[in-house]
Amino acid sequence: MAEVPAIELINITKTFGEVVANKDICLTVNRGEILSILGENGSGKTTLMNMISGIYYPDYGEIKIDGKAVEIRSPKDAFKHKIGMIHQHFKLVDVFSAAENIVLGLKEEGRFSLAKSITKIEAIASLYGFEIDPKKKIYDMSVSEKQAVEIIKVLYRGADILILDEPTAVLTPQETQRLFSILRRMKKDGKAIIIITHKLHEVVAISDRVSVLRKGEYVGTLKTKETNELELTEMMVGKKVDLNIERKEPVNTKDRLIVAGLRYKNREGVKVLRNVSFTAKAGEILGIAGIAGSGQRELLEAIAGLRRLDSGEIIYNNPKTELQEDLRNKTPMEIRELGVRLSFVPEDRLGMGLVGNMDIIDNMMLRSYRKGKSAFLERKAPKDLAEQIIEELEVVTPNASTPVRRLSGGNVQKVLVGREIAASPTVLMAAYPVRGLDINSSYTIYNLLNKQKENGVAVIFVGEDLDVLVELCDRIVVLSSGKVSGIIDGRNTTKEEIGLLMTKEFTEDKKKKKGGTKE
Amino acid sequence: MLVQFIQRAMMQGIPLLLGSTGEIITEKAGHLNLGIPGIMYVGSISGVIGSFIYETSVGPQNLNPVLAVLIPLLSSIFGSLVMGLIYCVLTVTLRANQNVTGLALTTFGVGFGNFFGGSLIKLVDSEMPSITLSATSNIFRTTLPFADKLGVIGDLFFSYSFLVYVAIIIALVASWILSRTRIGLHLRAVGENPATADAAGINVNRYKYTATCLGSVIAGLGGLYYVMDYANGIWSNDAFGDRGWLAVAIVIFALWRPHISIIGSFLFGGLFILYNYVSVPGAGIEVQELFKMVPYVVTLIVLIFTSMRDKRENQPPQSLGLSYFREER
Repeated sequence: MAEVPAIELINITKTFGEVVANKDICLTVNRGEILSILGENGSGKTTLMNMISGIYYPDYGEIKIDGKAVEIRSPKDAFKHKIGMIHQHFKLVDVFSAAENIVLGLKEEGRFSLAKSITKIEAIASLYGFEIDPKKKIYDMSVSEKQAVEIIKVLYRGADILILDEPTAVLTPQETQRLFSILRRMKKDGKAIIIITHKLHEVVAISDRVSVLRKGEYVGTLKTKETNELELTEMMVGKKVDLNIERKEPVNTKDRLIVAGLRYKNREGVKVLRNVSFTAKAGEILGIAGIAGSGQRELLEAIAGLRRLDSGEIIYNNPKTELQEDLRNKTPMEIRELGVRLSFVPEDRLGMGLVGNMDIIDNMMLRSYRKGKSAFLERKAPKDLAEQIIEELEVVTPNASTPVRRLSGGNVQKVLVGREIAASPTVLMAAYPVRGLDINSSYTIYNLLNKQKENGVAVIFVGEDLDVLVELCDRIVVLSSGKVSGIIDGRNTTKEEIGLLMTKEFTEDKKKKKGGTKE
Repeated sequence: MLVQFIQRAMMQGIPLLLGSTGEIITEKAGHLNLGIPGIMYVGSISGVIGSFIYETSVGPQNLNPVLAVLIPLLSSIFGSLVMGLIYCVLTVTLRANQNVTGLALTTFGVGFGNFFGGSLIKLVDSEMPSITLSATSNIFRTTLPFADKLGVIGDLFFSYSFLVYVAIIIALVASWILSRTRIGLHLRAVGENPATADAAGINVNRYKYTATCLGSVIAGLGGLYYVMDYANGIWSNDAFGDRGWLAVAIVIFALWRPHISIIGSFLFGGLFILYNYVSVPGAGIEVQELFKMVPYVVTLIVLIFTSMRDKRENQPPQSLGLSYFREER
């Protein structure tokens, strides 16, 4: 094809001090094409994109737009060349409406008028199939709606080269499908789209070509049609990786946690949990599937003693005393004092799991500060634990006294999971433990969970990737609008079956109320 | 009696209105300026110094009305602007803790005012521990000529000096800018989420500096109004009292909206002087202090209600009190 590419990178190199983040990278993207950039955490994907969007400036190399060499020194320059980037972490003002966020920072001609902007926003939305209410406040929006606002914001500024940094990391399968159909429509409209991801099946589903990076170096570009997941993984990791998750037959299963008839209403009076019952057995992994906001978070927090339930009971079979303890309406501390050990990996890892400003050792201490006999804190044990976790889980950090917020997402997750497992729990609850992690890190976490299962721990795993749930879990509880819509055997089920159960209550509710459900 | 009460309440409310409008603008940029009481105090004493110098150099009889207003006005603006700049350099550029900086500024401002106030009192060598600038004050307190002829309406709406109308106009304009213009949108974005504003190409520090300094100047005018109008040009140390804190309280009462702050200020002004008009039989001077508490109790009640309603629009700007550093993750 003699077509001039929309954007062309030639031998881009960027170093931060001693570290080479990108080395001699060459890429091209044509108009009307979707290019995936695949690479593990720390392979330099985001650095590369930041150079296109003007946040960093390359040390060597050239960027050509429509065949002409350009200099992009600031986000404003990037915007001038019609490049728009949708960051992984949304940059939106919560109390503003969608429209206010979209026009923020623009200097349009004439008087400031939101009404005019709203008309333009609606035109863009209907062109590409976004479902959005420009007057809705951001704090009322779901993650996928916020993402739509971010994308429209970029389109509103006239961008025709779009870069999406891990856009699907926080979306449900259904939301991902919707995003993909929007991206396909943009592609048809002649936009050049770059999508950063490490989910292989998404790469295969959406992109025309794939460029692979490994440790800052350019490995190669393939046409998506002519490759497969296995080949891509090999390119990305540099060695053969077994994509199958090992699932051993559970042995010595015993009922560990019996949850019966949980009901919970939140502060707004919405029934979040509606008669949830299931049993978690020692020595098996129990998966929990559901659309985001179906009550997963509340369920786990209720078991961990962080929510006061309206009714129901949580019976814990204490392996030491062989007694049955009721965990319901006990504080987390009381649960500990009973000898009941629940390790909990919250969804929002920096918000509830770890303290960002404290270092790894101090974060270890959050679990162990009550140990030790003297009036002073015992620092030796947490320090050893921190170093052990860094070594065993291959956490990338300068040292154990680095503040946690300086670590990348995957490494933060490893620290959190590592700490919870180190408490040698009898029940381990993990909510979205692999969200935003690359393949290698994800498999490290899966292996950790499997090891816990072999050790006779009752593992409760809340996941969003249905492929993983089906492969990893022994049994799967499907939640739908706070109800258990099915408990199925992970060994003989399909993604589609789970997907159907996930939306069961939802469609039934819609029939009843016509107007849809309130989340 | 009632008309007089309303008049006094409004006059009492004006320093509060100017103070709270200034503080709202500052807080909308994400800066909790607890230095406002000190800044109002400095605004007040700077005006006094300016007018004292002018009045003693030409003599109280030969004042040029324009200069007599302009000199105190400009010295007051200068004084509070310097205070605002100090606050900005410390909290915006050097990212010092806002609460500590603000409280330090209040302590400093009050000390500064009392020092110069005391010095001036010593200069004039008067019997009373105060300075009287009645000539300047008379010019400041010039009212509209037709006010007297309009009866009660005139008394209620037109019997005030120009600073009263200036204060109300400033509050209305501030409200309009904040809610209806692009500048207001950008300013609110800076206070809510500076990182987002920065990414959108808004110059965060420029907005913070401008809003904070402008807020300080407006608050400082409240101090000037107090001494020139309300106190009839009589400065005595510490007479300004708790008005600065009351202004900060009104910001919460007004839910960060300058136009509500107009109502809030007159209400608080009324509550502030209520003890003069309500007599409780058999009660002594200590009951007065209980009456003076009422505005703060009202603020507490408003806080309780807004926290219970938990409506996001009624909450303080999200990054209020936090300093912004681009490279921080």
